[in-house]
Amino acid sequence: MLRVNELVKTFGGFKAVDGAHLHVAPGEVVAVIGPNGAGKTTLFHLITGQLVPDRGEILFKGKNIAGLPPHKVCRRGIARSYQVVNVFDRLTVLENVQIAVLARQSKTWNLFQTASRMCLEDTIRILQNVGLADKADRICANLSHGDRKVLEIAITLGSKPELIIMDEPTAGMSPEETAATLKLMQRLCRQMGLTLLFCEHDMEMVFSIADRIMVMQQGRTIIQDIPERVRADKRVREAYLGGADTCSA
Amino acid sequence: MKPENTGIKKTAAALGTVAGFMLLALILPRYYLYLLALILTTGLLATSLNLVLGFGGMYQFHHAVFYGTGAYCLALILTKTGLPAWLGYLAAPLAAALLGLIMGLLTVRLSALYFGMLQISLGSLVWAIVYRWYSFTGGDDGIHGIPVPDLIGTSRGAYLFVVLVTGACLAVMYRIVTSPFGMVFTGIRDNPERCRAVGINVTGHQLAGQVMAAFFAGVAGTLFVTVEGSVFPDMMFWTLSLEILIMCLLGGWFTFFGPLLGAAIIVVLRTVVGSYTEYWTLVLGVVLILLIFFLPEGVLGMIRRGGDNAAGK
Repeated sequence: MLRVNELVKTFGGFKAVDGAHLHVAPGEVVAVIGPNGAGKTTLFHLITGQLVPDRGEILFKGKNIAGLPPHKVCRRGIARSYQVVNVFDRLTVLENVQIAVLARQSKTWNLFQTASRMCLEDTIRILQNVGLADKADRICANLSHGDRKVLEIAITLGSKPELIIMDEPTAGMSPEETAATLKLMQRLCRQMGLTLLFCEHDMEMVFSIADRIMVMQQGRTIIQDIPERVRADKRVREAYLGGADTCSA
Repeated sequence: MKPENTGIKKTAAALGTVAGFMLLALILPRYYLYLLALILTTGLLATSLNLVLGFGGMYQFHHAVFYGTGAYCLALILTKTGLPAWLGYLAAPLAAALLGLIMGLLTVRLSALYFGMLQISLGSLVWAIVYRWYSFTGGDDGIHGIPVPDLIGTSRGAYLFVVLVTGACLAVMYRIVTSPFGMVFTGIRDNPERCRAVGINVTGHQLAGQVMAAFFAGVAGTLFVTVEGSVFPDMMFWTLSLEILIMCLLGGWFTFFGPLLGAAIIVVLRTVVGSYTEYWTLVLGVVLILLIFFLPEGVLGMIRRGGDNAAGK
């Protein structure tokens, strides 16, 4: 479904992504891991169009999407959530998801219908699915951090994507919230047949949910394989797990 | 309460308000009708600015240029051509919208502050042309004695025309603000990055918003011509842009009716203070300072916030 080949992005001399490879098959859950500064977030920005790559291909369903603006990437079927919560703070929980649903159904140019009554069914179904339905009318800025991270996921579902990209979906969450989010992600993938690409620091979580894991270091892809083989790989142990294993797992 | 009911109630309230304003034409003396027409015209202008300023989060620093363009377009058609008047009333807002499109194409991709600065530059360019081109625009003398159609040429007729047109424009703008476009527009104001990520063409929506705002400013320009029977370059000078910006902030730029209230306060204040002293701008400055310190969300914004607190939200 998604294939990244020889991707390069340089910021003034610094090679943030330097020949990364990635392959995601339909229905698969793929995790990207790597030490801080390995280029994970940059890689995601490149795929979703926030950044334009210097070189390389990003093939989504066989078509090169490298360099497309973000809104067109989303229209192709890739939705993303953010590491640092990035929602509409002044709007209600319902409206946050509603905007995504309206955009998905190409209704944002509609000038003369009442927005608050549109796409309600789809929006509420998503909120129920992630467990935010009872907070639908709350203004977003007043939510807890955990709920805001879940709302991030709900907004991406509003785009009805084929591929979801999550940048550290549990960053800053308490252990309980992390466990709940993990369950939610597993359930969504099973129920809706979603394809999921995410990066995460929590190793326990990565190894419990991912079908395959891609390891990055200094902008390069070291390996992409099933969790058992990644765990056993010598290069990965040296580059990443070796020191960090004890403190993160 | 069912949503259909609130819709009917709102429509009834709007129609009632318009009818009420029209009845005032029977009671009030001419001077007050003139003042009220001026308030509504300015209110329409401020509301059109707030479409992009408050709801779109775009720093539209030179909105008056669209107002002036609408007014000059109508004035020139009425004085220099034999075209029917209604055509002028139709062409003027379209001319303003066209200018909005051209300026928008040049500015809309820029970040907030540069957007505002370039807009001031381009707007001042238009002003300079109007100010200097004596043979066509009358230069700094402006154009006077514009032959407005008889039906709306009397002070009472002009007032009724202003009430009807302002009412219709406000209704359309209210519709836009509550439409999906309006919702997305506020979304862009709060978080353009996220809007792009859910598949919204941010630049396209901002451009469309600017064209709409320019259109309604153009309508306000035609109302000014109807009420005053004259135009002058000051209508598109940047100080007027600043003044309507203050009206939005004063009334409450996150509310729909705030700018209307702000316009009413400023126009009344200018009329009253102006009759005592010529240093009206000094008073305006003091108002602005007080506003920034004590009413950052404007009068209506504060009232609404007070209501929310009382309701325990």
